[in-house]
Amino acid sequence: MTVKTATGAPARLPEAAPAKGGFRAWLNKRLPVDEFISSQLTGYYAPKNFNIWYFFGSLALVVLVLQLVTGIFLTMFYKPGELTAFDSVQFIMREVQWGWLLRYLHSTGASAFFIVVYLHMFRAFLYGSYKAPRELLWLFGMAVYLALMAEAFMGYVLPWGNMSFWGAQVIVNLFGTIPGIGPGLVEWIRGDYGIGDATLNRFFALHVVAVPLGLLLLVMLHLVALRQSGSNNPDGIEIKEKTGADGKPLDGIPFHPYYTVKDVVGIGVFFVLFALIVFFVPTFGGLFLEAPNFEVANPLSTPAEISPVWYFTPYYAILRAVPDQRMGALLMGLAVLSFLFLPWLDRSPVKSMRYRGWISRTALALFVISFVALGYLGMQPAEARYVIAARIFAVIYFAYFWLMPFYTRIDPVKPVPERVTYHAH
Amino acid sequence: MADSAITADDGVDLSRRKFLTQATVATGAVGALFVAVPFIESWAPSERARAQGAPTELDISKLEAGQMTTTVWRRSPIYVVRRTPDMVARIAGHDGELKDPGSEESDQPAYAKNTLRSRSAEYLVLVGTCTHLGCLPKQRFDAGELYPSWPGGFFCPCHGSRFDLAGRVFQGSPASINLRVPPYSYPNPRTLLVGADEEKGAA
Amino acid sequence: MRTDMLRALALIAVACLLPAGAWAAEEGGGAEAPAKPGADWQSWRAGNDVSDRASLQRGARNFTSYCLGCHSLKYERWSRLGEDLAVPGDLLQKDLMPPGDKSTDYILTSMPAKDAADWFGKTPPDLSLMERARGRDYLYQFLTTFYVDPTRQTGANNLRLPTTAMPDVLSELGGLKKAVFREVGKEQVFDHFEPLAAGRLSPAEYQAFVRDTVNFLDYVSEPTQTARRALGVWVVLFLLVFTWFAWLMKREYWKDVH
Repeated sequence: MTVKTATGAPARLPEAAPAKGGFRAWLNKRLPVDEFISSQLTGYYAPKNFNIWYFFGSLALVVLVLQLVTGIFLTMFYKPGELTAFDSVQFIMREVQWGWLLRYLHSTGASAFFIVVYLHMFRAFLYGSYKAPRELLWLFGMAVYLALMAEAFMGYVLPWGNMSFWGAQVIVNLFGTIPGIGPGLVEWIRGDYGIGDATLNRFFALHVVAVPLGLLLLVMLHLVALRQSGSNNPDGIEIKEKTGADGKPLDGIPFHPYYTVKDVVGIGVFFVLFALIVFFVPTFGGLFLEAPNFEVANPLSTPAEISPVWYFTPYYAILRAVPDQRMGALLMGLAVLSFLFLPWLDRSPVKSMRYRGWISRTALALFVISFVALGYLGMQPAEARYVIAARIFAVIYFAYFWLMPFYTRIDPVKPVPERVTYHAH
Repeated sequence: MADSAITADDGVDLSRRKFLTQATVATGAVGALFVAVPFIESWAPSERARAQGAPTELDISKLEAGQMTTTVWRRSPIYVVRRTPDMVARIAGHDGELKDPGSEESDQPAYAKNTLRSRSAEYLVLVGTCTHLGCLPKQRFDAGELYPSWPGGFFCPCHGSRFDLAGRVFQGSPASINLRVPPYSYPNPRTLLVGADEEKGAA
Repeated sequence: MRTDMLRALALIAVACLLPAGAWAAEEGGGAEAPAKPGADWQSWRAGNDVSDRASLQRGARNFTSYCLGCHSLKYERWSRLGEDLAVPGDLLQKDLMPPGDKSTDYILTSMPAKDAADWFGKTPPDLSLMERARGRDYLYQFLTTFYVDPTRQTGANNLRLPTTAMPDVLSELGGLKKAVFREVGKEQVFDHFEPLAAGRLSPAEYQAFVRDTVNFLDYVSEPTQTARRALGVWVVLFLLVFTWFAWLMKREYWKDVH
């Protein structure tokens, strides 16, 4: 059975059809353009039952491009250095033509990146996308997430506001908790006896060149691994196991045009929300751009309430919840790294939450609640009641991961159907 | 349930599909053009550069006859020469050796589109960057300084362009048009204002 | 970071419904006469509107008359101020700029930083970004809660910023007032204000004066904000049209999928 569109013609866009002669043929002899389009887009079959959770992968790619482009332009005007950084950001905001827009796009883009990535990760939790055969896909994705955190942290230091300075101070000092080499390592990272010019300049180099290169490479690997194993779907069924006579998956549809046109809708909705923030609430009530960062870095004055940007606060809450410096840093690191083990911790015979029992569902719900709650608590002042709450949620957080081998085995799962569920409109 | 996910469907209106695809692509293309605007315009002179590009004043009362002084307007050197009657006289008589004696192809305000290329015979105001590739021509004001028939003028050391005492380019120079004249005016007899002319105000 | 996420989300929702900048006009500041004057000072709101150009012009005049002696706006140029606030060049020179300043200069105080540090114990801060760092309501409350305090070197103290190094420079306008404290346990808690001497302005006029000044500082903290909101409306409308087309297109293509 061949894949047909309404006219009965193969499901390709006209321009994808290889022309007999002319420029296209000339080009294809030298560069596999049509081959790439047919293997990666029109000939790549994705499950037809993707739901709203499947928008966030393509959105992450869009935000990555947005950050790269706006970042390149900001680099043209930003001047790293203790004495110039803060002033140059104000120069961008006030004197450069459209500089305010470039900067707000980039600062809002940073938070949008994490929103999109967190929702993308939640999708994997929801439908077991990290399970075999997608362990490497998951690990590459986690590597992207870790690189993104490094990128965001160093980018946050560059405007050289007072929160930038004290954020750098706190995070860099975390490395001091490593036994033996800690203090020397901190000095090496700073390049001085305190956060200063040397630190700012190396963070700038890493933020604009080194980490973005690594990010691009990891994103490539993530996509290659995705093409190899194929996309998971809300039913957690491997569509490759049910193919038609032509070898194409029966429950699959060509990525292009069906998912390209669908993703364009997602991108449109995303940019409507994004523009609302950029043009009307660019500081997002102090969450995306914090008020103390409108004062220049001051090594003699810590802001009254110091907390990281919202996307780091769940881990920060865990750090603060532990009454021991070294153990706190260790547990915070473990909180991030726990994600890496997920493919091997999850022993459930089914992937999707749709066919898992009440134990897995409850565990996931508790995990999401504790992640959000820790994020909230990480923004609150270090008062006893908040710290105690953070301890409770931190225990739930770790229990979700490390008790998973036990509760997923006794979870009463439901039978998984042969074919995906999809209702045409 | 159909065996394959994609099947022919009689209810599909292909012309509608085509129209909607074109509408979306067209709207997206317009959007992309809009998005390009801030990025492209960010390279234009900043608000500060524009403010600093405002007209600049120069006190010319202390400039002696036969001497040149330099000021800066919009990051370009502005040559101001107070010409002696002898220098003015040396501007005439070599129109045949010039590329653009009438300044037809050259860049100057209307009031400087004349033989002396200036508002008055006494003061010559020029943008001091060579019209070839932007070096600074040197003053060679004395007759015969470069070669016996040299009437006095400017000589660019980079590629050898030669200009007379009205900034007009000689044949055989790599530059093809005369030295530029900026907009200027005299708010009072002692002051030269570069960048603004009486006719149009600030450039 | 105190501001809570819900407020930000609410702002987004409002932004969807209202034309740009409309919410900037919050409820009026300094509501009149509770039983104890000033007892509710923490709820006083600036209630300024950065799209109100006349208010900004008054605020600029207030700033140059009363603040510029000590405080700079080092990121704002005089010419920029003139353009944005529609003050013609000659008026700008005559009414606002100190003699000798050029219009391309940044707005800097003539007080040497070292003298300032000697006189006040610290250099008066630059105010270019003060609104973004502290908030408009903070500035409004700061400028309206000075009171006489003989224990301070400047003779004045402040509820919003206790032990401030800044003298009550606006007392000739707003008058002098005394703060009455009551004891709660061992702590002194502010109870109410008692007027000591009237200033040149009535209380309502003084509140308007402070509101204009805060409005001006709000503008200076982000000179492009009015243009930003105005452009945003068109960008969002355009994106809505694009998304609508894209959605219709998607629906057409997906008629193939069964």
